[in-house]
Amino acid sequence: MTILGTDTAVADASPAPAAVRSPRRIGRRLLANAKVRIGLTIVAVFWLLAIVGAWLAPHDPNELSPDTLQGPSAGHWLGTTTTGQDIASQLLAGTRPVMLVAFGSGAIATVIAMVVGVAGGFLSGWAEEVLSMLTNIFLVLPAVPLMIIVASQLPQVGSWAVALVIALTGWAWGARILRAQTLSLRARDFVQAARANGESTRRIVFFEIIPNLATVIATSLVMTTLFALLAVVTLSFIGVTSLSDWNWGTVLYWAQTQQALQRGLWWWFIPPGLCIAILGMALALINFGIDEYANPRLRIGSVGAARLRRQGIRPRVGFTPVRRTAPARDPLDERRAG
Amino acid sequence: MVTDPILEIRDLRVDYGYGADAVTALSGVSLTLHRGEILGIAGESGCGKSTLAYAATRLLPPPGLVTGGAVLLHGAPGTPPVDLLSLPDAALRSRRWRDVAVVFQGALSSLNPVHRIRTQLTDAIAAHDPSSTRRSRLDRARELLAMVKLPEDRLSAYPHQLSGGMRQRVMIAMALALEPQVLILDEPTTALDVVVQKQIVEQLLELRERLGFSVVFITHDVSLLISYADRIAVMYAGEVVEVADAESIYREPRHPYTHALLNSFPPLQGPRRVVTGIGGAPPDLAALPPGCRFHPRCPYRMPACAERHPGLVASPYPGDDGRTVACLLHGTDDTTAVPAALAPRTRSRSA
Repeated sequence: MTILGTDTAVADASPAPAAVRSPRRIGRRLLANAKVRIGLTIVAVFWLLAIVGAWLAPHDPNELSPDTLQGPSAGHWLGTTTTGQDIASQLLAGTRPVMLVAFGSGAIATVIAMVVGVAGGFLSGWAEEVLSMLTNIFLVLPAVPLMIIVASQLPQVGSWAVALVIALTGWAWGARILRAQTLSLRARDFVQAARANGESTRRIVFFEIIPNLATVIATSLVMTTLFALLAVVTLSFIGVTSLSDWNWGTVLYWAQTQQALQRGLWWWFIPPGLCIAILGMALALINFGIDEYANPRLRIGSVGAARLRRQGIRPRVGFTPVRRTAPARDPLDERRAG
Repeated sequence: MVTDPILEIRDLRVDYGYGADAVTALSGVSLTLHRGEILGIAGESGCGKSTLAYAATRLLPPPGLVTGGAVLLHGAPGTPPVDLLSLPDAALRSRRWRDVAVVFQGALSSLNPVHRIRTQLTDAIAAHDPSSTRRSRLDRARELLAMVKLPEDRLSAYPHQLSGGMRQRVMIAMALALEPQVLILDEPTTALDVVVQKQIVEQLLELRERLGFSVVFITHDVSLLISYADRIAVMYAGEVVEVADAESIYREPRHPYTHALLNSFPPLQGPRRVVTGIGGAPPDLAALPPGCRFHPRCPYRMPACAERHPGLVASPYPGDDGRTVACLLHGTDDTTAVPAALAPRTRSRSA
């Protein structure tokens, strides 16, 4: 996992300690990263669709019509199902529950992970043991079967119930990573110094530890959201959640039961699949961006990797790149250019 | 000492960062290391001493970037010099430890804690000479330990079982494993106490007599350099401001910064004098003052210092052969402008 690459020794040497960076500066630096910009734009577009999608939909997603199994057309942007339902409308109506559940349970799981992870790393004695054991139990529990069982036991499975179930099964990885990082931070000199000059435990946790965990928490949030996205689509796809609530997984469920793949009805299963893939990619891009920000070894200043390659700079340890500012000095270069 | 050069650094320029926010850490450093010589590099923290050592060997980690210059390594007489900065990776990899070896700053963290000293010493040899036998490598490791006066049984020790001084000796042994012509010492004695420091430096000198390598000795400890180096280069804010033999630098510094640096530690011999620090703070490399980089802190600054940037030129005084200094005080015809502390001794006595 990329988060573990956050090299603590190098992070120590970085000139600006995390506590000094203002949130606005972090935001500016992150937005300077093309990956973060692209990822956030895609997520923003999906949120927009989540908000206005239901009104934007040209048809009622449940409405049956005589136009069955039609390919994409002006009337039905993404074609129709075996019962003549409009697929584009189903996807648009399904965006909101997907986004709510994915981001909602991502946030809930991160909060649980933060509490359990930081407390588990900072406390000692039986409290640490209990929290650590709890994390380990949730790590080894097979998440998807557990979700299926819990979700199918709930009487009325609404979006929030699904979000809660996913959050409760998906927090353990984040807690594990935060605990490891907290353990490492706890032993650092600046925390010892804070303890020595009499800072309270609460202040140490919130002012010394948490700011240093900010990027890990952000990464954990993004990764858990990605996990939740896949989880909610999976649950709907296998039909555990209510089929009357549209979501991308439900569309895939109907496509599957009507054998869309075998019958070559590509407009039925490719669009929802693409939606999942694009949103997943956006979250992964944000994650890469945060990682580059947090890990100084991946950080290459304000210059993108592509531009560095064009300039012939390949940052590597042990082979410092050489780029002479007067390039025409070497006759070989001149020949190549001419 | 007039001998042929072995390592020539010409106009080396180094940036940290690749884009618009890059900071220039070295702006055109030129230095020559002669065969068999100890060249000391002195200067305060952040002036680019270590950057120079790492950039010259292309060991500078990202975001370091060499933006210009050449590092010429002279081989046997008659053969053309090799520019380390334009070597392809494979050639650089094979030449680096063989011709130019480095003793790094942190001996405590330069050794891998999970491998025995034996493995770490023989690894360096095996990497450069894969055809060597296990036995020959082990013999060489034994020889190397004897060279740095460590008992042979330390070969099977782990780094944590050695003291700081012993670990530094192992690092020196490792640097000497392939009999390099040039040894770069980057603050090799920083974490050690003065007694061990003296032992190690003297041992290095003895080894140099025996093996005939040349040394670039980087340290902020000017007194150490004065006692052991042949020539000293003083760096300030990414530039060399003065180069001269150790004796002359100590007796008659020409650059105000050198003078201030010498006054910031007690004299080795002679009458006691008041130890003064250097006022102000080292300049921010991202926002260097215009003109001479030292002028905001210089007690002898003139109006011209804020406008003109002095180049490193030969010292104009007779008897200063081979000395170079970058200070406008010495460039003018008006010799009275030169403060007594920086002027040649004979003249100041007669005046």
